[in-house]
Amino acid sequence: MTVAFTLYNVAALIALAPIALALARLRWGSAIVYCASLILTLTLLVLALLSLFGHAEAPAVVLPLGLPWLGAHFHIDALSAFFLVVVNVGGAAASLFALGYGRHEHTPERVVPFYPAYLAAMNLVVIADDAFSFLVSWEFMSLTSWALVVAHHQVRENLRAGYVYLLMASFGTLALLLAFGLLAGADGNYLFDAVRASHPTAGLAALVLILAVVGAGSKAGVVPLHAWLPLAHPAAPSHVSALMSGVMTKVAIYGFIRIVFDLLGAPEWWWSMLVLAVGGITAVMGVLYALMQHDLKRLLAYHTVENIGIIYIGLGLALAFKVYGMSFAAALALTAALFHVFNHSLFKSLLFFGAGAVLNATGERDMEHLGGLIHRMPQTAFVFLVGCVAISALPPLNGFVSEWLTFQAILLSPQLPSWGLKLLVPAVGALLALSAALAAACFVKAFGVSFLGRPRTPAAANACETDNNSLAAMFFLSALCLVAGILPGIFIDALAPVTTALVGVSMPRQTGLDWLTIVPIAESRSSYNGLLVFVFVTLSGSLAAFAIHRLASDKLRRSPAWDCGFPVASPATQYTASSFAQPIRRVFGTTIFRAREIGEMPPPGSTAPARLTVELHDVIWDTLYAPVAAFIGYAAERLNVLQFLTIRRYLTLVFAALVLLLLVLAIWP
Amino acid sequence: MLLVLLLSPLLTGFVRKAKARLLRRQGPPLLQPYRDLIRLMRKEVVLAESASWLFRVIPYIVFAGTWVAASLVPTFRGGLLFSWSADLIALIALLGSARFFLALAGLDVGTSFGGIGSSREVMIASLAEPAMLMIMFTLALIAGSTQLTSMAAYMASGEVGLRVSLGLALLALIMVGIAENARIPIDNPATHLELTMVHEAMVLEYSGRHLALIDLASELKLLVYLSLVCCLFTPWGIAGPVATPVEIAFGIAVYIAKLAAGGLLLAVFETSIAKMRVFRVPEFLGAALMLALLATLLRFVSGSF
Repeated sequence: MTVAFTLYNVAALIALAPIALALARLRWGSAIVYCASLILTLTLLVLALLSLFGHAEAPAVVLPLGLPWLGAHFHIDALSAFFLVVVNVGGAAASLFALGYGRHEHTPERVVPFYPAYLAAMNLVVIADDAFSFLVSWEFMSLTSWALVVAHHQVRENLRAGYVYLLMASFGTLALLLAFGLLAGADGNYLFDAVRASHPTAGLAALVLILAVVGAGSKAGVVPLHAWLPLAHPAAPSHVSALMSGVMTKVAIYGFIRIVFDLLGAPEWWWSMLVLAVGGITAVMGVLYALMQHDLKRLLAYHTVENIGIIYIGLGLALAFKVYGMSFAAALALTAALFHVFNHSLFKSLLFFGAGAVLNATGERDMEHLGGLIHRMPQTAFVFLVGCVAISALPPLNGFVSEWLTFQAILLSPQLPSWGLKLLVPAVGALLALSAALAAACFVKAFGVSFLGRPRTPAAANACETDNNSLAAMFFLSALCLVAGILPGIFIDALAPVTTALVGVSMPRQTGLDWLTIVPIAESRSSYNGLLVFVFVTLSGSLAAFAIHRLASDKLRRSPAWDCGFPVASPATQYTASSFAQPIRRVFGTTIFRAREIGEMPPPGSTAPARLTVELHDVIWDTLYAPVAAFIGYAAERLNVLQFLTIRRYLTLVFAALVLLLLVLAIWP
Repeated sequence: MLLVLLLSPLLTGFVRKAKARLLRRQGPPLLQPYRDLIRLMRKEVVLAESASWLFRVIPYIVFAGTWVAASLVPTFRGGLLFSWSADLIALIALLGSARFFLALAGLDVGTSFGGIGSSREVMIASLAEPAMLMIMFTLALIAGSTQLTSMAAYMASGEVGLRVSLGLALLALIMVGIAENARIPIDNPATHLELTMVHEAMVLEYSGRHLALIDLASELKLLVYLSLVCCLFTPWGIAGPVATPVEIAFGIAVYIAKLAAGGLLLAVFETSIAKMRVFRVPEFLGAALMLALLATLLRFVSGSF
């Protein structure tokens, strides 16, 4: 029944889209649409939780849609149920946020109709049970999100972002189409059950794996296929950015897991090496790119790339363990990856909401124009700080737990027999550690430059706190971040059916342990108790505060800043985002981004200011995308000749093509 | 827990005294850090006008995080009561949290010195933290655990012997410890020369009880790193979980002796070397990271290294 109810809700979301078109112009139109989306996503969330915890295998539902001999099949298993939870938690939070945020939208008719359709599409991808409906929903998801990306089409940048996104999305779908085509084989086994039953040959499976990495990876934002992501995610309205970054990338991960862990059958050892290498490079490159940004939303988007890398590392480890039959280790690695999927969807949505609130209050996305917002927007600053701590993988919040689990999985990998993996895994571990440390640096910069310090522009100085609906959504997500951080056992247990379905076993039960500790393998090996750490830190902090205020001194006096005796009133003397990142740019950027600093001094006697320009190159764009784009442009230019032929030449061409095809048929055995 | 809190200023005082004696100066008395702390606590706080609520909360967070981390390291006795609540990875991450907040404090007032300190601190941290995690990997792979008490017990058991990877890890740990505690050649704890400051620049705007807490936290951090070296590489004399008072007293004595030896070595090292340029630091820490990675690789390749 759950599948049918889920489908009813999804249908209602789709039906909401045309209604929204009619309502959009009305005064309360967008509020009604977002309210309806909120209710529907909450219902979907309840249904998803029921099917995740109910364990009852719901029967599949077949609708007479799509290909006439196939129909559209829908089914919810543990994996789908988990991703439904992720999609709808994000969807509900975004709808709640949009209740407030959407009021400031100038052209609601460009956003509101696509929003429920986009939510519906993501739900459909996750519950599709045959290749055809999967791909149709996938493309539906891409197109609705594209429409939202170009909602503010007056800005030239957004149009370019939309163009690049559309190209990359089509490319990704093409790769997935080929992957499913190969899986289906000549008989056309589009049903997932039929695909599972057929065992592809090793070469075919390898090809499908590569296509899946490319297809799902391009949607998830794996380096070097990430180029569209930092353009498109920030271009959309903030609640949609949150959905794209926090949720849609997870749907892409779902596609990858579904194909590689479920449909493709027994893995081979080198698959995991590919996935691990991709994950490690993605993690470090993503965070380095993020550090170089000074646009708040673009920084967050690049950071999504990093987290996708971390998830891929977990998945790669799970694959490696699965190959060699180390099921418990595989369950641990897979749990780590899936838990990070959930965590990232929470804090990334939270951070995008925060960025949206800042954008609303100041009209600025550029951190160099912000500063001092903690005084004007204390509540937004608090929740944004929670998000920053969580995403930087610091205890006691949730980001740390999933990275801790990934590290524990890495520590089990010396038992792997393969030499390639033995050499690769520690290197990937080092990359993971490096990206975790750089992430903390990146969020010190993001929070410090935009919320702390003194306001750099009048817009920042006159910002006011955002509305209650937006705040409610953000507080809801930060509360979830804290709960997932201090009581991770509950969430790990909830993932047990998923890992059982994919690798055969699950992690040992965590909720029954003393003091709600989590113990992945054995207590003598490793354990972590977020609750106790949280309690200890809070207790010792407040104890110290109490003791000092009581026994020593509690007096306080305000005065101008000390600044080594030379305080300068101009806020321009503060560290900016670029200057904050300068040491790291010098350490890592000179080779990776070919970063150069060019100082121009005015000639003696001139009163012109000296200038310092920083040159950064996006190496991946320059070496991969630019040549491809240039080639396509060149080829199009050349082929343009074909448009202006005479009728005789066209006839000759047709005839030549016919002869060629006949020749091929004759020669083909 | 209380012992580490009480001992940490003494250790700092000892290192200062030793450094001064090596330079043939008289040096401040051993107990000077305690006096400084008490005096700072009693003074009123002078807060910059642009400081936010976060600036006032951060000293307590930094202190609490460091103290909890310190209380997780077995010092003179194994089998700590709550050692299972967090392992070595969590300990590193707790210190990381403390640093994260301290770097935010540097940016809060909106002065250029705070910014310079924070920006350099996160650059140093972004190399030191992965190195620390790789060291932890090596040790965890040798001991088969990331729980500090089990690791210390395993290291003490004599099954370990001399190993190449252990040597590399020790070297890397010392390098990371020097960088993390803002010692020479990375940073100078005694400096107030503007452009060379890292840690001091970050906390420049703090005064009174806030400064006292931050100073205490950095003293605790030095103690944490020394205790880590002691309990992992020289685990002798740590009393077992069930120990007689005599054994405990012996454990404390040995622990203090170890700390004194470590502090003396640190002082000798600091006086015999000059401070580095800021942009030489990445090379120093990069070397630590590579050593640690090499140690981990060796462990992955073969169990006998």
